Amino acid sequence: MASGNPALPPPSLALEAQDVWAGYNGSLALEAQDVWAGYNGYPALEGVTFNIETGCLGGLVGPNGSGKSTLLRVILGLHRPWRGEIRLFGSTERPRRRLGYTPQSEQVDWSFPVTVLDVVLMGRYGRLGLVRRPTKADREIAMGALESVRLADLAARRIGELSGGQQRRALVARALAQEADLLLLDEPLAGLDATSQHDLLALFEGLRQKGKTLIVATHDLSCVAADFDHAILLNRRVVAFGRPKEVFTEELLNATFERHLLLVRLGDRTYVGHD
Amino acid sequence: MTEAIDLLRDPWSLEFMRRALLAAMVVSAVAAVIGSFVILKGMAFIGDALPHASFGGVAVAFVLGANLYLGGAIAAVLTAILIGFVSRRGLIKYDTAIGILFVGAFAAGILIISRQNNYTPDLFSFVFGNVLGVSWNDVWTTAALSAVILLLVLLFYKEILFVAYDPSMAAASGLPVAAIQYGLLALIGVTTVIGLQTVGIVLVVALLVTPAATAQLLTRRLPPMMAVGALVGVLSSLVGLYIAYYADVAASAAIVLTATGFFALAFLFAPGRGLLWQRRFAPAERA
Repeated sequence: MASGNPALPPPSLALEAQDVWAGYNGSLALEAQDVWAGYNGYPALEGVTFNIETGCLGGLVGPNGSGKSTLLRVILGLHRPWRGEIRLFGSTERPRRRLGYTPQSEQVDWSFPVTVLDVVLMGRYGRLGLVRRPTKADREIAMGALESVRLADLAARRIGELSGGQQRRALVARALAQEADLLLLDEPLAGLDATSQHDLLALFEGLRQKGKTLIVATHDLSCVAADFDHAILLNRRVVAFGRPKEVFTEELLNATFERHLLLVRLGDRTYVGHD
Repeated sequence: MTEAIDLLRDPWSLEFMRRALLAAMVVSAVAAVIGSFVILKGMAFIGDALPHASFGGVAVAFVLGANLYLGGAIAAVLTAILIGFVSRRGLIKYDTAIGILFVGAFAAGILIISRQNNYTPDLFSFVFGNVLGVSWNDVWTTAALSAVILLLVLLFYKEILFVAYDPSMAAASGLPVAAIQYGLLALIGVTTVIGLQTVGIVLVVALLVTPAATAQLLTRRLPPMMAVGALVGVLSSLVGLYIAYYADVAASAAIVLTATGFFALAFLFAPGRGLLWQRRFAPAERA
């Protein structure tokens, strides 16, 4: 769960100007309005409402079973909500090409006989349409995406041979190859060591600088506290939503995680642990 | 020397042996291609279920005096689609849906046949296969259906790969995931029915699973895995028919056991992954 070691978040990622979002152009990338959804009659989301501005790095935070994955699936249009509305870039239509997604690592079949490049090329498939093969241009875009996550030299490797951190970056590269504007990442930080987390957070920051909007489902409260613009505290309903430094209070976090969490504030930074 | 060549050539002087070889090679090659998806998706059970289910259709066709393979194919594809439909509701698991439906269809076949007084050898060839008895007509039907299956895999390779590898991302990209999954199930259904003729209901799963699994141990990407799997299937047919001819044993069993032998070799000796390879190099790496 949340790492309690205050030494973990790397200082290089400390964002002095947390109030300025590099890619923010004043529009909303995502508006969720009173979204209810669930499975077989049991609710997983109850009246979820929040907004994410374009060019913003949003952390979707909550315990296991809090509906994070369901919310991402509803946003993607993979799961139909019982009621409520999702607007993406101001429209209720799903702009599939602008929507990138990386599933939880456990949902990916790492033993499948595909290379890293094969996986990243899949990001192009949605654009290609049925039957048509990836062209040289698609390959170049896929290689470019691999370069931006610093995996170009491993393109011909089998995906299962990569380390955990490299695999997450490969999945992000696939979303980049899609040329998506809104990236929905399900638990990309889970189970990674501090260095791999740092690499991935630096990558997120670079993407935000380019005007991409990222919504990252995560357990890692310290990362969200340090590096994210927005935090959505979710436990079936939105417990709180706003800047991490505003919503990461003991009261709100305890309400979200239904257990006692310890907050340590050092200057502008907040670290979260459990006792 | 000429004696050895004669030994190799002798079986193929018989026309029924040539027909058998052609049918077996075509079927085992296409089964390995489809079988690659079957084993990667952990669907070996469905490779066993569909041939059994097809028996229900064979029985109905037998009673109606219709083409037995057509009846079998319809039953296999219907069962495949039903399995997909039942499991997609999410109320019961995939393998449970398979277990219920294939036994149901198989039992329906037994029920129908039990009312008939005249069991013909025809019907038994479905259970145990009768590759030595295929007609030229059978060979051409098999070849035509195999060509259609391979063409569909070639055309929709990208889509089948994407859906097999990552269905949720494929759906998020706007691919018709359900249609592709049903299509793959239907292809598996048709493949098993054309495999019936060669090795019969009981052994057809081996053509789907064994050569593809052998190839998985020897390759690193899906296209080579399909190609090597097809090669293993073709070689198994050839060697198996030699064994059947000279040892005077059942051809279907000889083909399947040859494939099993190739798998055992790959399991032991595959470079980098085989059991012996790991034995030899693993301790050094650990040290």
